[in-house]
Amino acid sequence: MTCNFSASNMPIDLIKQLRTFLPQESVLHETEDLRPYECDGLSAYRQTPMIVVLPQTESQIAQILQLCHATQTPVVARGAGTGLSGGALPHAKGVLMSLAKLNQILEIDPLTRTARVQPGVRNLAISDATRPYGLYYAPDPSSQIACSIGGNVAENSGGVHCLKYGLTVHNILKLRVLTIDGESLEIGGDSLDSPGFDLLALMTGSEGMLGIVTEITVKLIPVPEKAQLVMATFEDIQKAGQAVANVIAAGIIPAGMEMMDKITIHAVEAFLHAGYDLNAEAILLCESDGTAEEVADEIERMHSIMKSSGATRITTSQNEAERLRLWAGRKAAFPAAGRVSPDYYCMDGTIPRKHLANVLKGIETLSQEYGLRCMNVFHAGDGNLHPLILYDANTPGELEKTEEFGGKILEMCIHAGGTITGEHGVGMEKINQMCTQFAPNELTLFHSVKAAFDPQGLLNPGKAVPTLHRCAELGAMHVHSGSEKFPDLPRF
Amino acid sequence: MQQVIIDQFSATVRAAAENSQPLHIRGGGSKSFYGHPPSEHAKILDVSPYQGITEYEPTELVITARAGTPLAEIESLLRQNSQMLAFEPPYFSETATLGGCVAAGLSGPRRASAGAVRDFVLGVRILDGTGHDLHFGGQVMKNVAGYDVSRLMVGAMGTLGILLEVSLKVLPLPTVEQTICLEMGETEAIEYMNRWAGKPLSVSATCHVNERLYMRLSGAESAVRAAHTQLGGEAYPAGDAFWKSVREHSHDFFKPPVPLWRLSVKSTTPPLSLSQTKQLIEWNGALRWLTCPKESPVDTIRQAAQKAGGHATLFRRHNCAIPVFQELSPALAGIHQRLKQKFDPAGILNPGRLYPEF
Ligand SMILES: Cc1cc2nc3c(=O)[nH]c(=O)nc-3n(C[C@H](O)[C@H](O)[C@H](O)COP(=O)(O)OP(=O)(O)OC[C@H]3O[C@@H](n4cnc5c(N)ncnc54)[C@H](O)[C@@H]3O)c2cc1C
Repeated sequence: MTCNFSASNMPIDLIKQLRTFLPQESVLHETEDLRPYECDGLSAYRQTPMIVVLPQTESQIAQILQLCHATQTPVVARGAGTGLSGGALPHAKGVLMSLAKLNQILEIDPLTRTARVQPGVRNLAISDATRPYGLYYAPDPSSQIACSIGGNVAENSGGVHCLKYGLTVHNILKLRVLTIDGESLEIGGDSLDSPGFDLLALMTGSEGMLGIVTEITVKLIPVPEKAQLVMATFEDIQKAGQAVANVIAAGIIPAGMEMMDKITIHAVEAFLHAGYDLNAEAILLCESDGTAEEVADEIERMHSIMKSSGATRITTSQNEAERLRLWAGRKAAFPAAGRVSPDYYCMDGTIPRKHLANVLKGIETLSQEYGLRCMNVFHAGDGNLHPLILYDANTPGELEKTEEFGGKILEMCIHAGGTITGEHGVGMEKINQMCTQFAPNELTLFHSVKAAFDPQGLLNPGKAVPTLHRCAELGAMHVHSGSEKFPDLPRF
Repeated sequence: MQQVIIDQFSATVRAAAENSQPLHIRGGGSKSFYGHPPSEHAKILDVSPYQGITEYEPTELVITARAGTPLAEIESLLRQNSQMLAFEPPYFSETATLGGCVAAGLSGPRRASAGAVRDFVLGVRILDGTGHDLHFGGQVMKNVAGYDVSRLMVGAMGTLGILLEVSLKVLPLPTVEQTICLEMGETEAIEYMNRWAGKPLSVSATCHVNERLYMRLSGAESAVRAAHTQLGGEAYPAGDAFWKSVREHSHDFFKPPVPLWRLSVKSTTPPLSLSQTKQLIEWNGALRWLTCPKESPVDTIRQAAQKAGGHATLFRRHNCAIPVFQELSPALAGIHQRLKQKFDPAGILNPGRLYPEF
């Protein structure tokens, strides 16, 4: 898919105009300078942009947008480029706008418990800066040392702790946004709500399609006094799933609840030697946080629930070092996949938890069918699955097979009453599966929402919402969960 | 049977769109006082027949119900399973329905700690202004496929679509709740609430009225006890009734038959010095209720709210003929009108309920 422009195609005029208000080094157009921007975290999709701009102020962004608007040039925003759905994949005839230079924390207000930050600030940098006040920013994607808060807003990113503390949408108060014509919007407020439609929710997760986020006011919450972890081993994945349900049924909302399947446990153990039980079919990590009293109570209850749910081995962290060690395995799942396979493809579907065992069985069947191994890590509390399909890009045809396998997993999630993306977004990657999840009238409404902000479709064109034409060509059939014919027949 | 009702609604909407006949979408009528009154020519579309809880599995933490379902029915079923709607919705009448609750987007005392209605909405089924039956979101906690149309419905006062079904995240009931009461003035209370909100304590609601600060502690018994020790103050035994009276506006503060303003502001805003007004403060200072004489200066109130990073709503009009909601900036107003135009091209769904322009 790579496409390079020869010098004669160079939009000399555009570059000249950009340089009237941007320093030389903030406008890139030489092929070797563009290279680092040709993909995001989904490296299977690559495209060289026409131009890369690196603005440093909001007014520069406004000028860039006005110029692109006037010349009908597509604009793709980019934060840290860690996205996993090709959301920041450049447009061949467009400007890629990196927000990385807007990396200032503008204000921390400990009493109101908010921070005002620029979009290029790294997620973890916010918590690092606010921890001295006993506060932090709760959503913690695994990529938090690298990903930007602007990217988090655009993807509505979650993290290991979001069952208890919410996603990005629950943890922001206000956005400054520039529309494609350079108009400035203030969405949300310093208050807990604002008049009119909830545009704050609409902007969150909109994948850079509606506007460029130039400033974010985030909520901060108190750092819990204590955190403790229970690790439980199961010889039956169904039992592990039931244990999760039993914890919830007991009225507990764990701070984190993560599950790994057998193949993940083996990959991680080979990598880390953490002492995981290799006979386990599933390992469940269940965290409690709060005051010392609360945690003591909750951990005791979690322990007894794990036991009565049939766990064969239960370990409770006795100190912070041990807690981090037990987490290390889960956190190393991605690198471990990288060790056991040249390439891996991370999927992201959500299902109602009760269907876990069935969906995992389905994935296993597909895995055999395609002859590709698949590791499963699972945000068990909220039903968000991350199957990691292991493949080798150097084997001809294997990437295509992997994508097909991945697509089937997503369709299985829809059939189970879930969704094709829990937190990584649609981007370029899942555009086809959108045809299965949504009916034509629904997709049309999405296009209308886009048009209300960006009538010419210049922001991140071709992403997130497929055209009806594309869906028709694919012949994809819309499935509404539960309403399909013969829902009881096995489909995988 | 239920599909028949939807087909009827849809036919009504299509006919109304054809004839430019405004519709007044009505659930239980419990919030008819809120927002601008429906247009005189509007025809009532009663959605209350479309009711019933369609799915509820406590261990999935999700409930799905039809919009006409009485809120009381939902909360009672949740309570039987030791769960709750954590945003503590106000009813304002026993007739309150789920649809009205979501369309009005109002949350109660637990809002500052647990979140608002919009934070718990996971998915919706709606009819748009052309009668199309559409689904957005779903029944799972995490879902970023497509724009978040579900949350866009919250607080839209029915101007973007007729809510048919809503899925909500639910939470376990706290094991123990206890209310404490401390004597202090407004300035001190605002500072106190914010300071403690920055500590990991289980405060689930706050209210300052008549020189007293009430705080509700929720959670495990040990945590509630520990919080009480740190915060001090007297245990207040009639806590449940107190919070209900604040939520439902049956507290004495809300009794006088004068206009009631709702100011949503930055929580640390100092007491608003608006003459002749009385104030009740909630949400750690982020919500200020004001009662004031009819002739009080609207612009002053609106400017004060805006200066405090928020907005003012004329919550109960008492025959005041002034705009209910704070004016939007021209840029935002433009987006609102374009969205309205897309969802409801004929402009027939509750026109004028939110803003006179649409
Ligand atoms: C190892 C790894 C682990 C991960 N773990 C998680 C996880 O646990 N949870 C999770 O949710 N995600 C996770 N991700 C995915 C990714 O980190 C998130 O989606 C993140 O929010 C992307 O941020 P970014 O700054 O890298 O954005 P980018 O990838 O640069 O961009 C993402 C999208 O946002 C848009 N965008 C970026 N900035 C702006 C802006 N200022 N205004 C408007 N639009 C903008 C882009 O156009 C694009 O569509 C992981 C990724 C990796 C590589």
